[in-house]
Amino acid sequence: MHPFAYRRAQDADAASALAGAAGSDVIAGGTDLLQLMKDDVRRPNRLIDITGLPWTRIESGPAGLRLGALARMSDVADASAVRDNYPVISEALLASASPQVRNMATIGGNLMQRTRCVYFRDVATACNKRAPGSGCSALDGENRLHAVLGGSADCVATHASDLAVALVALDAMVLLRGASGERRVPLDAFHLLPGDTPERETVLQPGELIVAVEVPAAPHARRSHYLKIRDRASFEFALASAAVALEVEGGVIRQSRIALGGVATKPWRARAAEALLAGRPPVPATFVAAADEALAGARPLQQNGFKIELAKRTVVRALHTAAQGA
Amino acid sequence: MAALDWTRRTFLRLSSLTGGWIAAGGLFAPPVSGEPAPPPADAETVAVTLRVNGTARPLTLDPRTSLLDALREHLGLTGTKKGCDMGACGACTVHLDGRRVVSCLTLAAMADGRAITTIEGLAQGGRLHPMQAAFVAHDGMQCGYCTPGQIMSAVALVREGRATSEAAIREFMSGNICRCGAYPNIVDAITSVAPLSGSSEAR
Repeated sequence: MHPFAYRRAQDADAASALAGAAGSDVIAGGTDLLQLMKDDVRRPNRLIDITGLPWTRIESGPAGLRLGALARMSDVADASAVRDNYPVISEALLASASPQVRNMATIGGNLMQRTRCVYFRDVATACNKRAPGSGCSALDGENRLHAVLGGSADCVATHASDLAVALVALDAMVLLRGASGERRVPLDAFHLLPGDTPERETVLQPGELIVAVEVPAAPHARRSHYLKIRDRASFEFALASAAVALEVEGGVIRQSRIALGGVATKPWRARAAEALLAGRPPVPATFVAAADEALAGARPLQQNGFKIELAKRTVVRALHTAAQGA
Repeated sequence: MAALDWTRRTFLRLSSLTGGWIAAGGLFAPPVSGEPAPPPADAETVAVTLRVNGTARPLTLDPRTSLLDALREHLGLTGTKKGCDMGACGACTVHLDGRRVVSCLTLAAMADGRAITTIEGLAQGGRLHPMQAAFVAHDGMQCGYCTPGQIMSAVALVREGRATSEAAIREFMSGNICRCGAYPNIVDAITSVAPLSGSSEAR
């Protein structure tokens, strides 16, 4: 591991100033960053520990939910306000990582985690995201786990977060804080498509930190569900996942939300599929039509064509489960 | 009888000397021998106090030192095992402020002043913790390398109130891999400590 100096940020201003300096990386739970540092993918000269900042609260009220960026995944998953009113968030968290990792990892860190693409994490290989301009080893390499949505000629790495898929389905906002003050960004606009700059993954500016995630209250949020399909039953990243939410009134769908994970280069909101559900009854034929629409733009690589059908069935089953729910 | 005084470490050292006790594809770190090398003179160090099993242990460390390496290499607490060193196997599970974490992905500097419990801290007054006794009674191990992590995770799982069914136990033990496949007996051991119907007792 590359040597670094360790600094504890005493307050938010100090954290921003330290984090904005070249060669600095920010650490909270550390569960992803330390893996990247052990693999030499990240080689910070200075590590800024922000766990002393007061951003751990989980607050719920009539307007919605506010998750402090430093709240631990396990605490958010177990919070009754989250379980009862935003089940898709709790379910996505409990489907993530392992109990030990969930006790360590934070909400902000989860949104900032890097892709699990094996080439990104292997410094001996070409990767445009890690070393811009070096090429993409996955395009003609081992790409069974890669994206069928949102890829480019430079990068097809999936975004690995389950939580972000649930949050983007519920129209979450991210509260950011930097040297020039605070700003709010829709989570859907926080992560960037790879395009020809896959090394740029979010809209975070140097020195900017995630303070909190805000989720608006909504009837559909109470009838929401996360379904994750993986190569093994637990402690594994998604091959395909779906976060869905439904508001059904008078036998027809009034509001719906659909987002996909494991198949796209960023947490993938399927707005056209949602539009297709509006005003229709919550029956299998409707769900199949929505799933087809959600994957309409999918482009398979050599080894991951199975993900298209798998993702469709994941959407259908998730919608079916949500429709059965209270 | 001298053989009875042998520690597990003595056995491992001798085994490694006599050749290839475990050569499983680099999965396990080799046994420690001797004192760890001090950090280079020009490297930055951090002063930390690890509160391990109720005892304050001041250390001066390279900032890169994981909690796992601090425990094993600097404090000689080798009950906590190094498996993958990447958070995937759970062999290094300890309790930090009462919660189970993987010590390989925890910087020792970030554990400064916090309460750490390792497998060495579970037994009280020479009596095994009930979970340790249950692993023995139910033969919840084969080679034993993952066992300290399994037990630390199992103790936490019961405290978290997750021992509600066999399926729940399996799900909430998924952060601990057993290469020998002792899972059925591990589940039996946990079930025996936390009867599935007694979730309040399980806490």
